Amino acid sequence: MRYKLLTAALAATAALQFAGPATATDLEVTHWWTSGGEAAAVAELAKAFDATGNHWVDGAIAGSGGTARPIMISRITGGDPMGATQFNHGRQAEELVQAGLMRDLTDVATKGKWTEVVRPKSLLDSCTIGGKIYCVPVNIHSWQWLWLSNDAFQKAGVPVPKDWNEYVAAAPALEKAGIVPLAVGGQAWQSSGAFDVLLAAVGGTDTFLKVYKDKDAKFAAGPEVAKVFKAADDARKMAKNTNVQDWNQATNMVITGKAGGQIMGDWAQGEFQVAGKTAGKDYTCLPGLGLNEVIATGGDAFYFPVLKDADKSKAQEVLAETLLDPKTQVAFNLKKGSLPVRGDVDLNAANDCMKKGLAILAKGAVIPWTDQLLSQDSQKQKEDLFSEFFAKPEMTVEEAQKRFADIIATAD
Amino acid sequence: MSKSERPSRLFRNLNAKVASIPMILTALVVFVGGTAWTVLYSFTNSKLLPRLNFVGLDQYYRLWATPRWLISIENLLIYGVISLVFSLVIGFILAALLDQKIRFEDTFRTIFLYPFALSFIVTGLVWQWLLNPDFGIQGVIRKLGWTSFAFDPLYNSSIVIYGISIAALWQGTGLIMCLMLAGLRGIDEDIWKAARVDGIPMWKTYLFIIIPMMRPVFITTLVIIASGIVKVYDLVVAQTSGGPGIASEVPAKYVYDYMFFAQNLGQGFAASTMMLLSVMIVIVPWAYLEFGGRKRV
Repeated sequence: MRYKLLTAALAATAALQFAGPATATDLEVTHWWTSGGEAAAVAELAKAFDATGNHWVDGAIAGSGGTARPIMISRITGGDPMGATQFNHGRQAEELVQAGLMRDLTDVATKGKWTEVVRPKSLLDSCTIGGKIYCVPVNIHSWQWLWLSNDAFQKAGVPVPKDWNEYVAAAPALEKAGIVPLAVGGQAWQSSGAFDVLLAAVGGTDTFLKVYKDKDAKFAAGPEVAKVFKAADDARKMAKNTNVQDWNQATNMVITGKAGGQIMGDWAQGEFQVAGKTAGKDYTCLPGLGLNEVIATGGDAFYFPVLKDADKSKAQEVLAETLLDPKTQVAFNLKKGSLPVRGDVDLNAANDCMKKGLAILAKGAVIPWTDQLLSQDSQKQKEDLFSEFFAKPEMTVEEAQKRFADIIATAD
Repeated sequence: MSKSERPSRLFRNLNAKVASIPMILTALVVFVGGTAWTVLYSFTNSKLLPRLNFVGLDQYYRLWATPRWLISIENLLIYGVISLVFSLVIGFILAALLDQKIRFEDTFRTIFLYPFALSFIVTGLVWQWLLNPDFGIQGVIRKLGWTSFAFDPLYNSSIVIYGISIAALWQGTGLIMCLMLAGLRGIDEDIWKAARVDGIPMWKTYLFIIIPMMRPVFITTLVIIASGIVKVYDLVVAQTSGGPGIASEVPAKYVYDYMFFAQNLGQGFAASTMMLLSVMIVIVPWAYLEFGGRKRV
């Protein structure tokens, strides 16, 4: 029958199309990795995806996550979804998943045995909503680092501190030498992040979890957390002459020895590398501020919006597999300065600080990060509080703690 | 006869009425409809996506208990009073000076109006640098030898809003000057001659004769300035991004931040409804006096 012939012909052409190398499906991937090191890292992902015969269409959005996320969200909710998009795993995309706009990746995950390879387990947990997996974690970024300039301490004539308490004690000597003891940029997330690090380091893991996970407002108003606020007050005094906005400008103060140190995530390491500094010789890194060596498992993940196009949906699965591929993981994370999400990859090329991080990870000393524990709304309120606290010396520690407890009481 | 005249009133100028339908629809659906939708959802606990889950006035209670919102309102008031008073006064004085039949009037007019050609973002960046203590005005004067000179409004929580107002005045005063100048040029020469014959001093002529005659121009100017005040956002973002701390936050920024960064639409809608309400409180009595009074005449 003619009808059958036609179908056969169609099927043949279709088969031909699938067989040929020109089947490349374009998949747009949006992310906010635009700085030098970040762009190099993304290029590794694109290379790996292109090698599978598909095509990575780069949709970088300049600015930080704060600028990029509203654009991504409005594209997804507005009916113009991209092929895949970056978010910090945790609760940023929670509502999009609940609204059925994100693709369920459970099948791909079962096939790739993600539950076995992804380490620590909490990473996958924060991709899981209602027993289904919705995102692919690609790296671990931890906030708990204190970066110290060895030059600055030498100039001030004091030994490089080994933990936060020694550092606070060394602050007057630094100030006398004309060095800003602690660099904290003016962006709100920096002061708020620095406080969270202090909470986990000075207060300890239990305190951190009791406040952010259990959201115990009474505890947040209590003496344990008061100790942390005392430390934050020290930090505020040490940081009062910073006068820069961006985090990398603050990092640059440490690199050039204008500032003694900075509390910042491991992404700061890229800046030291670009400046040609060596860990241990030019700068010192103290995970957990030297007090409580833990690593928070925040980081980046890719989410896949539900698409109608069958080819693109197929390409999404390929991309999901590619992102977790051991080779991709190594290439990407070395450039990015973050830790890989698989325990079974070889990272010989990692520098001293990264190795410290890997060792802590291997010990399992991990905590979930605020992106995973708090909604964006509570995070924003916290940022408002701490940016005010750090910029306004008149604000008392007691007042700040009271307002902090109020935020925790209504947090979700 | 009279019966056939009645429908003609409705259909008179039919073309014009048909042509204005799109605009009427836009106004009703986009402006009024959008406003109503926003107000409605401000009573819900919508987070990232709008949801009709009513929580009464909770968003408003939270809004008015938030220090950042209170600071925003206070800043808007200070900024509003400063821009209103100074741009009117400076604009009028500049216009009056230009109106003295001076040479190179065109050149001066261009110079004064020029900043208006810049967007608020560019203005903000320019003044961010000018007011930067290390590179800007303070740095230059310190290099000249006066080492104790201090002028860093953008880094001082208690005066940062004035630093922002300076930039806004620099940008906006030129336009006000041009509007005022147009108003002054519209005054009949004979009025001046009559005033001179009567021996009235020039400043008195301006204050008691010319300014009252320029009432329509002042009202136009007032509306332009006032709408600029309420929507101020980009200038703050470019100059300080709300800092130091939250000392230079403004309501429009609160709305944007809570709708998109904090993923809390309900809270953002509540804040924007409060902004609308504050505009109405100013506009409605004024509109009543302005347009309602005419019927009685």
